[in-house]
Formats: sequence, C-alpha cells, structure tokens
Amino acid sequence: MSGAAPTASSAPEEPGKVRSVARDVGQWLAKLLLAPFVEIGALSRLLAESIFWGIRPPYRVRLFVEAMEFVGIGSVFLVSLTALFVGAVLALQLVDGFRDFGAENQTGAVIGLALAREVGPVFAALMVTSRAGSAMTTELGSMRVTNQIDALVTMAVNPVQYLVVPRLVAGFVMVPVLTMLFSVVGVFGAFSVAVFLLGLDPGVFMDRLQWLVDWDDVSQGLIKAMVFGVAVTLIACRQGFFAKGGAAGVGRATNRAVVHSAIAILMLDYLVTSMVLGEGFF
Amino acid sequence: MKVFRRNLIGVTHPPLAEEIKTNPIHVQIRDVHKSYGDHHVLRGVSLDIYRGKTNLVIGPSGSGKSVLMRQLIRLEKPDSGEIWVNGVDFARLEGLDLAARRRTFGMVFQMSALFDSMTVFDNVAFPLREHTNFPRKEIRTRVMERLQGLGIAEASHKMPAELSGGMQKRVAVARAMILESEILIYDEPTTGLDPITTEMVDDLITEAEDMFGVTSVVISHDMASVVRIADYLNFLHDGQIAASGTPQQLLQTDHPATAEFIRASRITLE
Repeated sequence: MSGAAPTASSAPEEPGKVRSVARDVGQWLAKLLLAPFVEIGALSRLLAESIFWGIRPPYRVRLFVEAMEFVGIGSVFLVSLTALFVGAVLALQLVDGFRDFGAENQTGAVIGLALAREVGPVFAALMVTSRAGSAMTTELGSMRVTNQIDALVTMAVNPVQYLVVPRLVAGFVMVPVLTMLFSVVGVFGAFSVAVFLLGLDPGVFMDRLQWLVDWDDVSQGLIKAMVFGVAVTLIACRQGFFAKGGAAGVGRATNRAVVHSAIAILMLDYLVTSMVLGEGFF
Repeated sequence: MKVFRRNLIGVTHPPLAEEIKTNPIHVQIRDVHKSYGDHHVLRGVSLDIYRGKTNLVIGPSGSGKSVLMRQLIRLEKPDSGEIWVNGVDFARLEGLDLAARRRTFGMVFQMSALFDSMTVFDNVAFPLREHTNFPRKEIRTRVMERLQGLGIAEASHKMPAELSGGMQKRVAVARAMILESEILIYDEPTTGLDPITTEMVDDLITEAEDMFGVTSVVISHDMASVVRIADYLNFLHDGQIAASGTPQQLLQTDHPATAEFIRASRITLE
C-alpha cells in the first residue's frame, strides 16, 4: 500500500511531462533543421558587409600583401607536396585500369582533365582550409575573446574592413594561383610515375594531355577556385569573428570552420560544375 | 583672447575652464535598458558624467558595470534609453555616423586588449597611423614621449606577451590617450595589480584629467582606488544607479545597499 500513494500523486503530472519533452524535442529538431539557413544567412551578411567595406577607403595595402603571403606563399609547399602524390597515385590507378582494355595512352589526357577541372581546385581549397583557414579562425577567435576586436571598434577602425576584407581578397586571388600550381605539380607527379615507373611513352602522355585539355577546362577550374577561395576564407573568418566562450570556444570554432569549409567545397563544386556545364542542379 | 583647444582628430573645443562652467555635464545617460534573453541587466540607468572630472561607477560584481560601459561606447546597442554626448544621442547613431563619432572615446579594457601581433610601439602608434597623416618621425616622437611618460619606453620593441600585467595596462593607457580623445573609459583598470602599480595607474588617470582635461569614466570595485581618484561616484545596484554624488556624500549615504557595500570595503575618508 505504501507504494500506491506516490503513483497516484504522480499520475496527473504525466501528460504535462510528455508535452514538455515533446516540446523540447520539437525545438531541438527545428533548431537542427534551421541551423544551415541561419549559418548561410550569417555568411551572406558578412559577405555583404565585406563588399561594402572593401570598396571604401582606406585601402591598407600592407594588410592585403600580408594576407596573400600567408594564404598563398605559405601554402606552396603543402599544395606542391599533396599535388605530387595525388598525381602519382592517379597515374598508378589509371595506367593499371586502362591497360585492361588497351587504353593506357589516354592516361595523360584523363589526368590532365581531372586535375584542371576537379582535383586541382578541390584539393587546393582543402589544403588552404586545413592550413590557412584554421589559422585564420584561431587568430580572429583569440582576438574576439581577448577584446582585441572590441578595441579596434573603440578606435573607430571597422574590424570587418581591417580583418576580414584582406583575408577574403587573399582567398579569392591566391586559391586560383595555388590551383594552377597543384595542376602543374600533379601532372609532373603523374608523368614521373607513368613514364619512369610504368614505362608509358612520354611523347604519348604529353600529346594526349595537350590534345584533350584546353583553356575551357583550365578556366572552369579557376572559376571554381575563386568561388572556393572566397567560401573557405569567409567561413573561417565568420567562425573566428563571432567566436565566444574563451579558449574552448575558439577550439570549437576552429573545428566548425574546417568541417563547414570541407562540406562547402564539395557542395559548391557540384553547384558550380552544374552551372558551368549547363546541366541544371538536380 | 580665447585659446580654443583642438585635438588630433580635429575636434575643436572652447577653453576647458569655460566649458566646465558653461556646460559641466559631458555625457547624460537616461533610462538605459539592456537585456540578454530573459536576463534584464540594465533596468533604467540614468546618470551624468561630468566634464574634465574623474567619474566612477562602482558596484558589486554582476551589477552591470561593464554592460553599461559597452552601451556608453556603443559596442552594443541599448534596448532603449538615451546617451547624450556633445548634443548627439549615441544610442540612436548607426553605421558611418557612429564610426566617426566613436573617436570621442578612448577605452582601456580590463584585460588591456593589446594587439598581440604588434610590438608595444606599434600598439600605441596604431591609432595615429589610422586617423592622422603624421609623418613617421612625428609618430615616433609622439609615441616615445607617451611611453616615456608612463615609464615603459624601454619596452617599446617588446611584444605584449613579454610584459607583466601592470606594464600591459600602462601600454593600454598610452594607446587610449594617444589620440587625445575627450572621454577615456577605464574598465576595472587596477584589477589584479599590485599596490604600487595600482597607485601608478591611479596617478595616470588623474594626470590625464589634469594635463589634458580628459573626462574619465572608471569602472571599479577597488574602493581604495575609488576614494583616491574619484570626483564623482555612482553606485550601480540591480541594474540601476542607486546613489550618486561626491565620495564624501556617498560615504555618508543612508541608502542600504550602498552603505553596506562601503561598510564591507572598510573605507574611510582621511
């Protein structure tokens, strides 16, 4: 009998509890579904602000040069190294695969096309994200949590103009340059493996490459690289610029910046490819 | 003949003594409210900041002192209320108007907020490079003069991370003062400092007032400093100004929360 009383007294609360849990789950789901749109809204607003402040004086040339040096020159080694191995492994796979039906002479053409249109811009952007993007988020995040961005505001210096615009311009200019570098070094890596290791004729490799790859393919890759360059620097800056919660918050922001950038690169790759090829989005 | 004062950002004022007499209130804050979600921090703050004087805002931790300063310098927009500075309502300013008028203020942050990618010299030179057309030599002269005045000239080439907390605070004061702004805001300037450095920072604040006619607004709960430097005191309690006046007036107040705060700090006027 002693256990009956609590059961009886708690019974009327059950519907209220269920409603409360259902409301919490509903709110959580709504938040989850709306999160991408909220993020896209925040990014669009930061981009619009950057354009507004980017065309206004003063133009701090030194900051632009520093940002380009950091994003571009600083990524040359990483991009070259990854390009060398990506080209090499593509050659290994394609020569082996094409030999099954006697088409190994097309290796140079296919690798050149893949590097110029897809692999070059995507990998260059991913490398910039992992090296420069994460560093940007950490730097801006640290500035935010230690009031350095507030200090800029109190000194009547617009922080978007001072901190974000040079980084966006650096991404827009330097990711295409790194993409071209990636393609050139990638072709070199593929050529080395295909010719010196797998015995492909060097003349055939280069002839097929020049025959299939033209300026349209290169420009398609460069357009993608410009879009990726703006996207990854915008995401990195947005995460750092609005970081909160001390050192742990900066760590979380950096993590989000890398994940969001990688997803954005692959999604934008599909969208830009569809637009350039005129195939429609779905 | 009147000698008009013109600061580095081109704002011209009548002589300070005359302006203090004719227009003694520099900033009028009226019924300012600020909430974060359900948390109503400022609940109708009203206070006057006196020209050329050291005005302190004191109060227990969490009473909204730093939030009030963030509204005053418009790092955040108040939910409602007015902040009148030189005949302009700062609470309503937006965009480029706000950016231009922000130079009225200089601010020393609680944790100094020095740019950690720049040397001490570059930190102090930063506002001059951004807002004046001075040649490099002129900037060097002005920055070194200010650093010498604060006893940190020998650290000019160092990075902020290499400095002690007290030295960082002095660099932050030098940076805030270099543009000769009309109003300097100090957010807990002596928190975490040893007694000697605390006294040095207190002296800096009063020197800025005496030498440059600066209006100082200091947030603090260091009551020893408060009594040493304050011309006017404002006690912030539960998001409202509970008591205002000179230090003598506040030490004799019968407002319960203010009297309790002062009693707990064991401060007397000597």
